Amino acid sequence: MKPEIITGAEITIRSLQEENVEFVFGYPGGAVLNIYDAIHQQNKFKHVLVRHEQAAVHAADAFSRATGKVGVALVTSGPGATNAVTGIATAHMDSIPMVIISGQVPTHAIGSDAFQECDTVGITRPCVKHNFLVKDVKKIASTIKKAFFIASTGRPGPVLVDIPKDITTETTEFLYPKTIEMRSYNPVVKGHSGQIGKAIDLLISAKKPMVYSGGGAVLGDAAESLTKLVKKLDLPITNTLMGLGGFPASDKNFLGMLGMHGTYQANMAMQECDVLLAVGARFDDRVISNPEHFLKNPKKIIHIDIDPASISKRVKIDIPIVGDVDLVLIDLLKAYQGLEKNHNKKLISPWMEKIKSWSDTNCMAYKDDGSVIKPQLVVQKLHEVTKGDAFITSDVGQHQMWAAQYYPFDKPRRWINSGGLGTMGVGLPYAMGCQLAFPESQVACVTGEASIQMCIQELSTCKQYNLPIKIITLNNRYMGMVRQWQEFFYGNRYAESYVDALPDFVKLAESYGHIGMKIEKYSDIEDALKEAFSPKLKERLVFMDFITDETENVFPMIPSGKGLSEMILADDE
Amino acid sequence: MRHIISLLMENESGALSRVSGLFSARGYNIESLNVAPTEDETLSRMTIVTSGSNEVIEQIIKQLNKLVDVVKVLDLNDGRHIERELMIVKVKATSKYRDEVKRISDTFGGRIIEMAETTFTIELTGPTSELDDYLDSLEKSSIIETVRTGALGIGRGDRILKI
Repeated sequence: MKPEIITGAEITIRSLQEENVEFVFGYPGGAVLNIYDAIHQQNKFKHVLVRHEQAAVHAADAFSRATGKVGVALVTSGPGATNAVTGIATAHMDSIPMVIISGQVPTHAIGSDAFQECDTVGITRPCVKHNFLVKDVKKIASTIKKAFFIASTGRPGPVLVDIPKDITTETTEFLYPKTIEMRSYNPVVKGHSGQIGKAIDLLISAKKPMVYSGGGAVLGDAAESLTKLVKKLDLPITNTLMGLGGFPASDKNFLGMLGMHGTYQANMAMQECDVLLAVGARFDDRVISNPEHFLKNPKKIIHIDIDPASISKRVKIDIPIVGDVDLVLIDLLKAYQGLEKNHNKKLISPWMEKIKSWSDTNCMAYKDDGSVIKPQLVVQKLHEVTKGDAFITSDVGQHQMWAAQYYPFDKPRRWINSGGLGTMGVGLPYAMGCQLAFPESQVACVTGEASIQMCIQELSTCKQYNLPIKIITLNNRYMGMVRQWQEFFYGNRYAESYVDALPDFVKLAESYGHIGMKIEKYSDIEDALKEAFSPKLKERLVFMDFITDETENVFPMIPSGKGLSEMILADDE
Repeated sequence: MRHIISLLMENESGALSRVSGLFSARGYNIESLNVAPTEDETLSRMTIVTSGSNEVIEQIIKQLNKLVDVVKVLDLNDGRHIERELMIVKVKATSKYRDEVKRISDTFGGRIIEMAETTFTIELTGPTSELDDYLDSLEKSSIIETVRTGALGIGRGDRILKI
């Protein structure tokens, strides 16, 4: 069969179809009109029209986080691309596989300061895994193939393809490559067997072992093998903010999240362990805090990661294992089989006792006299009402930490938040991406009255596509985390952190065609949540405005630059 | 410590900015950076002179390898290597200086490529430190203009950077 001769715009669309794309999140504009015209004439994938390009990228990002597939966004040149940058940088920091197609002014106009022109490839270079400017219609198909390949392999990340408008009208044969080979890009997937042997020996001879897993274990779909290994060796484990759900939170081996707002037991065990197994985690500042302090207690560190550059970046690693985390964990399990009979699990009994004593401090307790609504309680009730099985997205700040602390996740890819870049405004578009991917599942966006206003326009998108998201706003009238730092470290000088002139969220939700609820009474928390998640409102978006305690702080807390064992606990206040 | 890092990368537009952007974004030093196509025109070879602790150099090598367009990276300081830099210097060569400039240039193996009425233009190649020594040997006020390529490097014997 002779290949068809079609336009660059059609090739772009056909290439996305070849990649089995289900949703394209986007916003039209001059430079992408031809591509949109081609979208209009197809029905293989669905285009989701957002209200701001930032939200298109966030929604595609969440679609990927929830499903493991590559998220796709489409934006126009100039402001379309610059609006997308926050979304791209957010995905990049959390290693989310995405392909972003951006329109560009015609090739002859590039560099002339044309209308809606910007150097998209230049602007996005530091916040993508890779990017391309396609200057030849013959290269569109192979470039999109490469983009999907690069985005989804190795350490995943966003890849941007910038396509000038004239290229989308030119025609050529359409041939979508089946496979792609790149001499410059061959990520290692199989872990080194010698290193794996050393790692397992070290783990079973440890007196104070500890496992710490991160976003890599979730993104690498390694939750099952991680759980098997941890249960088989009977080790204590903590998850990073990005790693939550990578190991079931309800399991007895789980010590809770670690880091700046991690549990007392997780942080103390990280500090005092003698052998640490790090799985798809990168020892970042919010997790281990001060690296010198972290290494004050001598420990041997085994680090499994797909990205060689993550190894020994902040902390010197004794046994690096570069490879796909799932494959490496499976190899570790195999290596353990031969050693199981020699493994004396009693060796770690005193250590487990010590961990238990740390857990007994009950660091997550908070004062609650039943008068004012405590934000933590709202999250706990949300967990109850959704039976712990909802997709939870969050924005960034105190509510994000409370969601992470008080909504235990037993499954991976259920907790969707911006850990690396810490982007306020992601919550609602993240919920859109999740709800489109899983129309039958419960999706809740835990947010604050400040964060939600950063992408509030997407309530309109939710109406257009009938997305029955439940928005849980923990409204404390402050940018809570900013206020908390100002209270602790700036002598209670609350500079510009009070969120004044708030809209009436109930009316706002209603004006977008949704249901609004304002919950001011402590006794109404549970009933309101039950109603929002009831079959009656199954098809409706419900915006819940919980008026919470404005003085509540997130505990435990490690002040910036301090060590893991130097936490401030709620009782210290 | 000073390191000379050689790399091969796809000869695509924007390749140079990916490398220079990496160095500025992560706060690494660049003493010099040199890039040109190789005998295989699809590949560019870049030589970067940088400095940092062993940990920093290790990160630089890893981050360079992580760039999708980079095919191969070699830290020349890991083994025996040859380093050369080209410099062109314009110096005052009025009558009282002419003999001295020529004598110093001969000592360093420099070649006078232009003799103008009051100036000499001299071409000199050698390791960076040797070029520095040459400049130090000249009367400071006699140096009018210098232009240098930055160091190039190649492994000795069978140390080869090729795909």
